[in-house]
Amino acid sequence: MKKRKLWKILGTAAAVVLSLALLQELLMPKYIYDITEGAMIREYYGEEKDHDVVFIGDCEVYENFSPEVLWQEYGINSYIRGSAQQLIWQSYYLLEDTLRYETPDVVVFNVLALQYDRPQSEAYNRMTLEGMRWSGSKAKSILASMTEGESFLEYVFPLLRYHSRWSELTVKDVQGMFRREQVTHNGYYMRVDVRPAENVPEGRILADYSFGDNAWTYMDKIADLCREKGIRLLLVKAPSLYPYWYPQWEEQVEEYARRRELPYLNFLELTEETGLDFSSDTYDAGLHLNLSGAEKITRYLGEYLREDMGLADRRGEEGLTEQWQEKTAAYERDRDAQYEKYGMTPQTP
Amino acid sequence: MLFTSYGFIGFAAILFLLYYLVPKKCQWPLLLAASYLFYFFAGPEYLLYIMTTTVSVWLTGRAIQARGEKTAAYVKECGKTLTREEKKAWKEKGKRRQRRLLVLCLLLNLGILAVVKYAAFAIANANALLGAVGLERRLDVPDFVLPLGISFYTFQALGYLIDVYRGTVPAEKNLFRLGLFVSFFPQLIQGPISRFGDLGKSLYEEHPFHARTVALGLERILWGYFKKLVIADRILTAVNAIIREPEIHSGAWVLVGMLFYALELYADFTGGIDITIGIGQALGITVKENFIRPYFSKSIKEYWRRWHISMGTWFTDYIFYPISVSKPMLKLSKWSRAHLGETVGKRIPVYLSSFAVWAATGIWHGASWNFIVWGLGNWVVIMVSQELGPLYGFLRGRFPKAEGRLWFRAFQVIRTVLLMSCLRMFDCYRNVPLTFRMFGTMFTEFNWSILWDGSLLGLGLTAVDYGVLVLGLALLFAVSMVQRRGSVRERIAAYPYPVRAILWYGLFLIVLLAGAYGNGYDASQFIYNQF
Repeated sequence: MKKRKLWKILGTAAAVVLSLALLQELLMPKYIYDITEGAMIREYYGEEKDHDVVFIGDCEVYENFSPEVLWQEYGINSYIRGSAQQLIWQSYYLLEDTLRYETPDVVVFNVLALQYDRPQSEAYNRMTLEGMRWSGSKAKSILASMTEGESFLEYVFPLLRYHSRWSELTVKDVQGMFRREQVTHNGYYMRVDVRPAENVPEGRILADYSFGDNAWTYMDKIADLCREKGIRLLLVKAPSLYPYWYPQWEEQVEEYARRRELPYLNFLELTEETGLDFSSDTYDAGLHLNLSGAEKITRYLGEYLREDMGLADRRGEEGLTEQWQEKTAAYERDRDAQYEKYGMTPQTP
Repeated sequence: MLFTSYGFIGFAAILFLLYYLVPKKCQWPLLLAASYLFYFFAGPEYLLYIMTTTVSVWLTGRAIQARGEKTAAYVKECGKTLTREEKKAWKEKGKRRQRRLLVLCLLLNLGILAVVKYAAFAIANANALLGAVGLERRLDVPDFVLPLGISFYTFQALGYLIDVYRGTVPAEKNLFRLGLFVSFFPQLIQGPISRFGDLGKSLYEEHPFHARTVALGLERILWGYFKKLVIADRILTAVNAIIREPEIHSGAWVLVGMLFYALELYADFTGGIDITIGIGQALGITVKENFIRPYFSKSIKEYWRRWHISMGTWFTDYIFYPISVSKPMLKLSKWSRAHLGETVGKRIPVYLSSFAVWAATGIWHGASWNFIVWGLGNWVVIMVSQELGPLYGFLRGRFPKAEGRLWFRAFQVIRTVLLMSCLRMFDCYRNVPLTFRMFGTMFTEFNWSILWDGSLLGLGLTAVDYGVLVLGLALLFAVSMVQRRGSVRERIAAYPYPVRAILWYGLFLIVLLAGAYGNGYDASQFIYNQF
């Protein structure tokens, strides 16, 4: 009798848990269809984790650097752990998370994230945090990122957050329940179309140009963690024309890099060296680079990593070469499909 | 910590586990600790208020009982030597001392309530009065933050004290046990106002784990969350949209707001009480019912016997009866019968006593003229309906067949709901003149097309929300109908396990998916929380 009762309880509990898990999968936003930025962070866990370079940062890394070029032309195996409006503490905890799996030679961090000192938006938080695997780093990142009204429990059980989406469900939500296809190329989000940068607005005047204490604290934590793990930290500012990069911000970053003896590349000041042309190398009028622009600045970065940081060419490594063959094929397929979609002719470097 | 917060659900779940794991004799101390922890989360500074009430009421209760025992012992001891008059005098002397103690404690606790809840209101009115008579002097309006549930726990504690004074319950010897009665956390937020005789025993008993009782309790909690999250908090958006912009939402909007508010308040308050009673039941503690399907009442009087029962009976037992049988009132009754005739004379004491009850009921709900006028509005309606009794009798005689008919009962029910909803408009609008003005627009602005031209979708609710509301209310109505023939949960408990499991899991999913909670929804406090 007792045994029967136990089975009844266990059976009910299993049915409840399973149905709730399915319901959660159904109701969660399907980023792969609509807002692909939300699907990026998760992709990393399916990777072979043996990268020489890991990028962390916001859209200025995942739209502006191409790991494919770094591999094809310099034999550098890299990955971008980027996400939309990635806040600096999220970058730090993503770095912590990455270091659970591998220790790259170089970490590239895009300094635009210093502009935010406080949590900004739940939507962006979720795009970064939901894809992370559960760990202490994820929990700390959630706690550091929550805006007013957000609840930690709603990250643990996203069903509680998305419970009301039942009225907006479409066929895609059912189809996408277990789909996990790639939306990036080692974290790079490819766009080939062109929208020239014209009339880029000046930055609005700010009351205070100093980066916040919280942002600097996490900048220090990133630098300290890299030093502790023997990783070289390279600071970059991607060449995006907007959001506006103020000279006062530049001064603070230069001063910081000098003080901490960190290399720093501001690609906004390297347009001549990279050959960047904002009439053809951006797809959204200067906010982000298109494939052509990304490949140009990645070449400059590749040279820098090889010459100044001494990263070795690994193209002779068998397993790695095989992996990249597949990645290259996917990269070219995506590129060609986009050229076709936008009615463009493929360009040669 | 709101009932609807994740924190509260976690808190209750942990308490529940501990409650059945600790030795039985530790159950009530655990509940006391949990109740104080709950109160601590509301604001550590408020602990002082509830502790003051608890200690003062406990000491006074003990002193009143000791005085009574002392008098009785003396009278018994000297029974043979004292004359009847001497015995009576001794007893009266003892009673006077007890009364003095009672009054002192009442003054202290009602004084605390008056200061934190009503001082600002009183001073604002005094300032208005000073202005009206042309004086420039103004008093500083204090800004007290109201301790959580102060009206509820103060009345509950004072009810206990009056019962001790009357000798209907013995004074509790253990301060901590009384502390639990005053602070029992599920009823701190919005009642009910329990009596020591009803709740006390159940609180301190040892409660072994009974799966069936626990299941019934959990089901009641779930039903409470359904009412609160699926109905009340969803409709709240529309109610707020209407009442916060009276200049835009007049005429037919007022009627919509009035009816929506009636539904919201019912689902909110009864939902909260369901959660309270359910938590009690899951812990083996019996908390008395506070509602018996009040919207099925056929008259206002009946309505008040079925709505917030614990408050109604509190006011009846501790205000209405004492005033009715007080010496001045008896004198007045005698005088009025002699001078105004039997018909008018016998009414005056009743009218005055119920006036006092309704004025107190109004002001208990909140420190504003809106609530006072609302309370007195109820008094007027009840008195008028009482006076119209002969007319109703006459009509019943003329139309004897109507009485039992469904349509007539429906008419009576709808009339009662509409009357109560009209009165509750004082809850909604900022002040009394505005409430009257908005009420008037229902008869002067004929914008009825808003009911069908899609305007209702401009209140912050989508078509899906309205769909959920209609289905939710239909379920609520169906359950209320079935309840008239007995407990729905007991009925469901008789079904085979798979059917029960599906029914309750279905309700859980409805709350989970259709509940208005979490980020993106305005976390709304229970309405009665603020009283």
